[in-house]
Amino acid sequence: MQIIRPDININFLGARKIAMAISAAVLLISLSLIFFKGLNLGIDFTGGTLVEVRFHQQVEMSDIRKSLEPAGYGTAVLQEFGSPSDILIRVQNKEGVESSVISTEILDALGNFFSPDQVEMRRVEFVGPQVGEELKSAGMWAVIYTLIGILFYVMFRFRLRFALGADAAILHDIIIVVGVFSLLGMEFSLPVVAALLTVLGYSLNDTIVVFDRIRENFDLNRKKKHPEDEILVCNQSINQTLARTLMTSFTTILVVLALYLFGGEVIHDFAFALLVGIAVGTYSSIFIATPIMLSLEGKFEMSEEDLKELEARP
Amino acid sequence: MHAYARWKFWLILTVLIGSIMGAAPNVMTSLPSWWPASMSQPMNLGLDLKGGIHLVVDVDIEQVVKQQVSDNINVIRRALREENIRYSKLESNATQVTVVIKEVADINQAEKVLKAALNGFTMEAVEADTLVFTISENEVKDVKSYAIEQTIEVIRRRVDALGTTEPVIMRQGDRRVLVQIPGYQDSARAKAIIGQTAQLEFKLVDEKGDLDQALQGQIPADDMIAYGSSGQPYLLKKRTELSGKDVAKARVSIDPQYNEPAVSLTFNNQGARQFDRLTNENVNKRFAILLEGVVQSAPVIRERISGGTAQISGSFTPTEAHDLAIVLRAGALPAPIKVVEERSIGPSLGQDSIDQGLSSIIYGCVAVLLFMVVYYRFFGLVANIALLFNIVLIAAAMSMLGATLTLPGIAGIVLTIGMAVDANVLIFERIREEINNGKTPFSAIDGGYDKAFSTIMDANITTLIAAIVLFQFGTGPIKGFAVTLSVGILASMFTAIVVTRAIIVLSHKNRKNIKELSI
Repeated sequence: MQIIRPDININFLGARKIAMAISAAVLLISLSLIFFKGLNLGIDFTGGTLVEVRFHQQVEMSDIRKSLEPAGYGTAVLQEFGSPSDILIRVQNKEGVESSVISTEILDALGNFFSPDQVEMRRVEFVGPQVGEELKSAGMWAVIYTLIGILFYVMFRFRLRFALGADAAILHDIIIVVGVFSLLGMEFSLPVVAALLTVLGYSLNDTIVVFDRIRENFDLNRKKKHPEDEILVCNQSINQTLARTLMTSFTTILVVLALYLFGGEVIHDFAFALLVGIAVGTYSSIFIATPIMLSLEGKFEMSEEDLKELEARP
Repeated sequence: MHAYARWKFWLILTVLIGSIMGAAPNVMTSLPSWWPASMSQPMNLGLDLKGGIHLVVDVDIEQVVKQQVSDNINVIRRALREENIRYSKLESNATQVTVVIKEVADINQAEKVLKAALNGFTMEAVEADTLVFTISENEVKDVKSYAIEQTIEVIRRRVDALGTTEPVIMRQGDRRVLVQIPGYQDSARAKAIIGQTAQLEFKLVDEKGDLDQALQGQIPADDMIAYGSSGQPYLLKKRTELSGKDVAKARVSIDPQYNEPAVSLTFNNQGARQFDRLTNENVNKRFAILLEGVVQSAPVIRERISGGTAQISGSFTPTEAHDLAIVLRAGALPAPIKVVEERSIGPSLGQDSIDQGLSSIIYGCVAVLLFMVVYYRFFGLVANIALLFNIVLIAAAMSMLGATLTLPGIAGIVLTIGMAVDANVLIFERIREEINNGKTPFSAIDGGYDKAFSTIMDANITTLIAAIVLFQFGTGPIKGFAVTLSVGILASMFTAIVVTRAIIVLSHKNRKNIKELSI
């Protein structure tokens, strides 16, 4: 079976201006969402306490709130988590309060109200304010280090303009995924950062495959009597790798979809970030990485090879 | 292509057998006795899968340094007294001790004596009669790292007393300790037991001093005020007669007077002697037992106690008494600690995560397997064999490396399944291209593998870079994701390139005149 015909020749780069305009608009929206609406940061980054409990009887949200009032947690944020019997309770850290006991007090309060054997502790997460700050900066640095590491590797294997094209595409993907999280108000947690780094690796993987083919075709092109325009060579390369790009994205999306649908509530946001990231990453390796690389033509290179080649031209 | 190296075939077979054996402990309940020891361990499950308590505690190491500095006041006092050098001021702050000598003439002698007496301090004569001792950076480092080690030791003894299996207690960064207790549910109790400083002190009650006046601020020079658990004040001598260090044993007993749980202490030799002297000299006076600076009880000494035992009572519940005995036995923490992070997982959530993780692996896998066969026919089947091999290899590598599988780690495996076939997609698409360019089937296969190789390397190495950064940055579960992703990428390079090629070559070997490939 073959869905993508071997002689396919879509003029992707002909649409690069439109694509760039769309991307610029989406990036702008994403950035303004991130800056003005902000992110729904999870307790990993804000600090705080999260308690997930399972009730073995039918309970009303209002009863849960009532049960927490005597302990002073009447204002806690309550949320159903996957099913009506699983409830998430979130409390912010308070200045000067020994926060690690909050979860104990919450569980005690629930046990007192409903009877201890009706309430099952599923999960307790507590992040102190300082740890939250540390995780925030660690997450940011992780993304930056990865970008730099990749920049150097691609520069070493290809050239600087390729590296910049790849990094531009990755940055594009990350900003859009974060923008989607802001738009939907989904919780931005540590696993989501892990998903971002994975998206980053994936998107790059995609880009590298295209670049690899471009490099190969550039070499072939140079040997020709009448070398073609770079842009045509790039477009041809994208078309040649199109079948692979779509197949791989398809199989990866298949498994991530399985993760999203069957992986359970805890991994849900993580899988969602991957889904969005893989879709955007596929797009960006075609419409962002290559055009950016092309637009930097002649800006960063004049290697000996190129000079020789220039001289050899009539 | 016809000259397919035989050793590759044997390599693949060895890896296949090895990985099946390495992965076997994860599915088999019992293994034959001849099974190699390095292959008998199943994968470690992370706390998020098997449930348990994960705490990160912060050790107040500044406090330890401060203590170390102020402890040296006694050393200085003793040294000066021995030399009959009088001083007018002797005080300390966080890092320095300041001594003001009364007679300027004594200063040289004092310098000499104190220099010999104090280790790890630098001395500076700031004025004719004033010496300042500053704790050296090396000493600070030593003190801090000793404090962390001691904290780890004490926490380990306490956690062991809870009767849990395989707790993990290790240093994390400069001043933190990671505590993981798999399979333990009672997070409140764990935190209480780990977090208690267990500072036990015996002090005499100042019977002559005026408590009321002291409460108004006129505290006698060698006295201090402490409060009981219900708030009643006591005027105590500052001097600590006995402390937790003097305790050899602690166990739960019943206070015969009130029939309540109490904790019986047995002192070590030195402590017993000291307690004997204390009780002998202070009959009919009271002494106070303080825990974490709170007066638990202040009994009257009726007679000399020579047996070296004492009892702490103070309306404990049985669990409280039991836990107090645990922490007293384990010894005091060198500095106060604070829980700064907790991630505890109940057993039912852990099991749910395993089930859901497994089902997403199965569904994801089946979807990919089906797709590959439909799309690439025979070659797809070969890729599928390699994919299954890949999963077994990941399981074996994880088990044999002693790596920990976490929920995000399962996600990493799922993702690897998607990405492992990528290498095959790259190769197969390339083979198709070669065929379209008019190559013969065999040279198309060779060309496809050779040309796709550098692409696969580049693509996978960049993903590895991301995984390595992830490992550096992540905490527990995220690290697990980075590990499975890395292992998966490496395993997939082997299975997707070497294994598929071997199968394809061997299956076409005896058919000389192939016109068309099933791709």
